[in-house]
This record gives sequence, structure tokens and C-alpha cells, in this order.
Amino acid sequence: MTLPFEFSETIQRSDILRDEQRKELLVHMLKAREFDAAMGRMYRQGRALGGVYSQLGNEATAVGSAYALEANDPLFPMHRDIGAHFVRGCDIDTLMRNHLARVGSQMRGTDGTGHYGDHSKKIYGNVSHLGAMIPVAAGYVLADKMRGTKSVAMNYIGDGGAQVGDFHEAMNLASVQKLPLVLIIENNQYAYSTPTDEQFACDKLSDRAIGYGIEGVTIDGTDVELVFDTCRQAVERARAGHGPTIIEALSMRMRGHAEHDDASYVPKDMLEYWQQRDPVDRYAAWLIDNGILTADEIDGIRKVIKEEMNECIDTVVELPMPDPEEGGKGVFVAS
Amino acid sequence: MAEQTYIQAISDALEIEMKRDDSVYILGEDVAEFGGAFKVTRGLHEKYPGRVINTPISETAILGAAIGSALNGMRPVAEMQFMDFVTNGFNQLANVASTTSYRWGMGVPMVVRGPSGGGTSGGPFHSRNSEAWFAHTPGLKVVCPAFPDDAKGLLATAIRDNNPVMYFEHKALYRSIKGEVPEGEHTVPFGEVRVVREGTDLSIITYGSMVHKSLKAAEKLAENNISVEVVDIRTLVPFDEEGVLRSVRKTNRALVVHEATSHAGFGAEIVARITDKAFDALDAPVKRVAALDAPTPFAKTMEEFVLPQVEDVVQAAEAVVGY
Ligand SMILES: Cc1ncc(C[n+]2csc(CCOP(=O)(O)OP(=O)(O)O)c2C)c(N)n1
Ligand SMILES: [Mg+2]
Repeated sequence: MTLPFEFSETIQRSDILRDEQRKELLVHMLKAREFDAAMGRMYRQGRALGGVYSQLGNEATAVGSAYALEANDPLFPMHRDIGAHFVRGCDIDTLMRNHLARVGSQMRGTDGTGHYGDHSKKIYGNVSHLGAMIPVAAGYVLADKMRGTKSVAMNYIGDGGAQVGDFHEAMNLASVQKLPLVLIIENNQYAYSTPTDEQFACDKLSDRAIGYGIEGVTIDGTDVELVFDTCRQAVERARAGHGPTIIEALSMRMRGHAEHDDASYVPKDMLEYWQQRDPVDRYAAWLIDNGILTADEIDGIRKVIKEEMNECIDTVVELPMPDPEEGGKGVFVAS
Repeated sequence: MAEQTYIQAISDALEIEMKRDDSVYILGEDVAEFGGAFKVTRGLHEKYPGRVINTPISETAILGAAIGSALNGMRPVAEMQFMDFVTNGFNQLANVASTTSYRWGMGVPMVVRGPSGGGTSGGPFHSRNSEAWFAHTPGLKVVCPAFPDDAKGLLATAIRDNNPVMYFEHKALYRSIKGEVPEGEHTVPFGEVRVVREGTDLSIITYGSMVHKSLKAAEKLAENNISVEVVDIRTLVPFDEEGVLRSVRKTNRALVVHEATSHAGFGAEIVARITDKAFDALDAPVKRVAALDAPTPFAKTMEEFVLPQVEDVVQAAEAVVGY
């Protein structure tokens, strides 16, 4: 196993974050982890619907990046970015209804996982077709640029999804038009069963930035403060009119592609290596070492989240699915 | 009223809608200073600075960006330099634009427009009529104007619609067809057929360029005392089923005509609706005239053979009437 990157052992302390915010970051990461764990349990109990895509290992990347946005900046998350949804203020109930297609879900049961869109939170989820939302994100901020408003779009793509042609067309257009777009490449070492060396031949995916004439950087995606700082800089540059940035965040997909997949193709030592860099454990330990939270406080937070999660699940699973006739409705909005 | 060519009417609609609504803008290849490959957008860049955007050759990015900006309050009109190239961005339409209302309840007020169709020795990659692909995708509206007044009015309606609209211009009509067009703002509602010639013996149901060939065929058939009604459906989605059935119930015979290839073409849908809903009214089986199931060839001789011609319509009409 070779890694294209030198990692720092310790968390790269951000100069911007206040301790209150650090606690928030931890809470969002813990929520992502517990939500995920709950969905995994439900899958194994046969109570989930469709595929369940664990985000385990992605907490720092999803949370640290979304935390760098302002409330008015649009977010275009992917399937493992549940942490980003929590940063945007989504509650567990809403997300659970979406994932389980219960009545009152944002998408009326028409679609699942994180695919929903919510104007009020400026969240525009993905379609399954990887890469398809990058040009959409570019167009979204093109509209703001034309009107003179200064929003920044953050879009996510995987190490596999980054090989779809849409990536190139969108990043090139965004570069030519100097659009305020920050693209996070979540390089979690696998795209389904395919390792990165069968996906691309360059050293770093951020090297592509050179080809577009924009900024690009590869960072440790397990360090939430480093992710935040890097994204914050990219967001500020974008807002100031300096165009897009590609940020490749390295981490590990700690479970299979989805819960049906035992990921037996992943070498054991690779998982062991990344287990040492678990984004939540690392951050929790660092917060304790730096006297920002105590171990007891963290346990307390975790307990509250777990309880809320379990209560919510118990309520949501009891809800019915939407009326069958809903399936034929809503193909068009009113002219 | 003023006499305008088909292409002038399209340009006119763009200009009027841009003037009327600041959120309307144009994006595409060579559309700004140059005015587009066919000059549809000529002069708009100067009149509306910043609202006619040249893009790289990136149909996916053009269509995706149109969607994104439409989600964010704009009304983009995306030009495909030739409609054939929409295939490069097909996914954006087939999966993103078309499902957004259904999944998110959000409108995507965008228009995709461009030159389509054959008859100009454009060869396999500059002649395609791809409207059926889009008519087969729930969530997209599909418009195929035949006359300058409809070209103007339907484009204005498309731009004002809150859903994604595929607007197929026929390049062979651009400068060959002229007609009276209402001046100023003009809209034509979607989902209403236009009876362009009244008749009693046979209904020809058609759209786009074949409206004109069908009218010529009707002239010839009139010489043999066959009275043909020509119905231009104008919009494939929404489809004015009642308008079609009304004509068929009146003439008791139907011929469906389009320039696109026959197999699984939109004509099959029209025939199915007629046989399902007006079977009792029919005195003869419904026939279709369409392109042979082949790419559109380059050589003029071959192209004329592959694409439906006036004579093909005449012969098919005689067969239906003589049944
Ligand atoms: C265009 C496209 N092709 C294939 C798929 C099926 N698919 C879904 S997820 C996936 C792997 C994605 O890997 P990556 O982009 O690295 O993201 P990860 O799941 O590792 O976070 C594949 C092949 C798809 N969704 N879209
Ligand atoms: Mg991956």
C-alpha cells in the first residue's frame, strides 16, 4: 500500500475556529457517525429501503468542508456526505424520512438517500449519475455571478466519479468563467471495488487544477480542522472572484460500497492503517488533549445523539409510506 | 402583423423575452459576438451585455449550467449549435432536468433550442430529428414549430414555462418559410393542435418540416378530388390528443407523417392514441410516412430517398383513402 501523501500525526490547528465551533464540528461528526450506524443496523434488520451507503471515515471531510460555507452558499453533496447535511441544519427526522421514504419526506418517496433538494437550506442533492451535478453547481453560481451576488458553491465527487466526463466540462467552464465553485474530491481509495490505480494515472487528482489554470491541493481528509481551513481559503478566494479550486481530501471508505458489500477486496492492512486515523477518534482525542472537552463530556454528547437517533427511528419506521398515487404526480411543475 | 422568415421570428422571440424579463439569458457555443452558427442570436449580445454567454464546446456543461442557473432564478435558453450535439449532454436532460420537478418539486425553467432536421446534405451528424427521445422522457416538454408565427409564439411560451422545454427548430425552414407574425409580445399555448388546412376525406397528422410537405401533398391530392385536412400538432409534449381525435372523427381516415425515422418514432404514439380512442370512427387502417430507419445520408440522391418526400405522402394518402 502506497499513499501519495505525507500525513501529519497531529490535527493541524485552525487559527480561525473558536472552541465553541470545535464542539459543533465534533457534534456534526458524531451525528453523521451515529446516523450511519443506525442505518447499517436497520439494513441488517431488514428495515432499511434500498442500498445503505456508509459514510464511515468521511466525517471530517464532509463536516469540515460544509462548515466553511455561509448559510447562503449552495451545497451539492454526494451519497457519503450526511455530515454536511447536519452542518446545514438538517434534522435527523427529515433525513430519516428521506432515507426510509416515509410520508412527509422531502421527496414524497420519489427518491432516496441524500438525493433531496431543499431551497430553504440551499442543499441540492445528487442524482445517481456521478459527476452530473458539477455543471449544475457551476450554473447555479453563474446565475449569482450574473446578478452580482457572491455565493460560493461547494460540490463533492469521489475518486471514481471524478473520472466522468462531466467533471472536465464543468471544471473547465467554471475556470473560464471564473466561477465561485469549490470542488471536493473525496478520495477514499475505492470506487465500489476499483482501487484508485485503476481509476486514474496521475499522482494527485488535484494536479488536474494545473490543466484548468486554477488552484488545486491534496490534503488529509481525516483532519477536520485542516479540511475546514483549506476549504475556508478556497471559499474566500472564490468569493473574491478568483475562480474555482479543486481540493482532494484523502480518507478511507471504512466499509463496503454499500452494506451488501463485504469489501473483501480491500487489504486488511489498509483498513488498519486508516483505523489509526479515524477522523472522529482523532479529533476527540485532540480536543481532550487540548483541554477543549473532557472525555466525559464527549461521552455525554454521544449519548444524547444516540438517544435522539433511536427515538427518531422508532417514530419514523412506524410512519406509512406515501400514497401509491403519488407516484404518478409531480412530473411537471405548474407552467 | 409583419412578414418574417421562420428564423427571424425565432430571433424576435428571444429579443422580446430578454427585454421583458431580466432573468432570461442565452448560453451556447459562438452565440455572443458571432451570433451563433445560424445567426439566431445576432445582435443580442450587444443589446443585452452579459446575458449572452459564449461557452466552451461542452454540451454537458451548457445544459448542466442551464439547469443550475434555472434552479437559481434564471430562465436560460441554451443553444445547441446543431441539435445533434445534444446527445453529448443527454444525461443532463434525461436524468437531471427531467426529474427535478418529480423529486424536488422545483421547476427548471429552461429552454434547449437549436437547428435539427435534414434536407440540407448535412449527413448523419447534422440532420437528426431527435424529438422522440425527449418525448419518451417524462418531465420534458417538446416543441416542433412549423410556421414563423408559431415559432415565435411557442418559443415565448417555452421561455415563460417553469419546466424544461426542448424546442426543435427545423434548419431547412429557417429561411425558406415566411409568414405573417404578430408584432410585439406573442405567445402560443402548448398542447393545442393547429388545423392548417381543412378537409373531409383524410386527416394528415404531422409536425415540423413535414407540415409543409403535407400541405404540398394536399394540393396535389385536391387535384384528384381528395380533400385533405392537415393538422399540425405543434407540441409533442404536451400532446393535444383531443385535437387529433376531433379531426380523425371528422374525416374517418388518418395518416401520420414525420421526418424522423419510423421505428418507435413519435408517429407510433399518435397512431396508438387514434386506434385506442377513435377505432370506431376509422374507415381504414392508419398509416405512417416517416424516414427510412437509417442514418440520414450525405449524398443528395440518397438523402432524398431516405427522408419522406411529398410524393411519399401523396401515395400513402391515396392508399388510405382507397382502402
Ligand atoms: C455515471 C455512473 N456510473 C456508474 C454508477 C454506479 N456507481 C455508483 S457509486 C459508484 C462508485 C463511486 O465511487 P466514488 O466516486 O469513488 O465514490 P465513493 O462511493 O467511493 O464515495 C458507482 C460505480 C453511477 N452512480 N454513475
Ligand atoms: Mg471512492
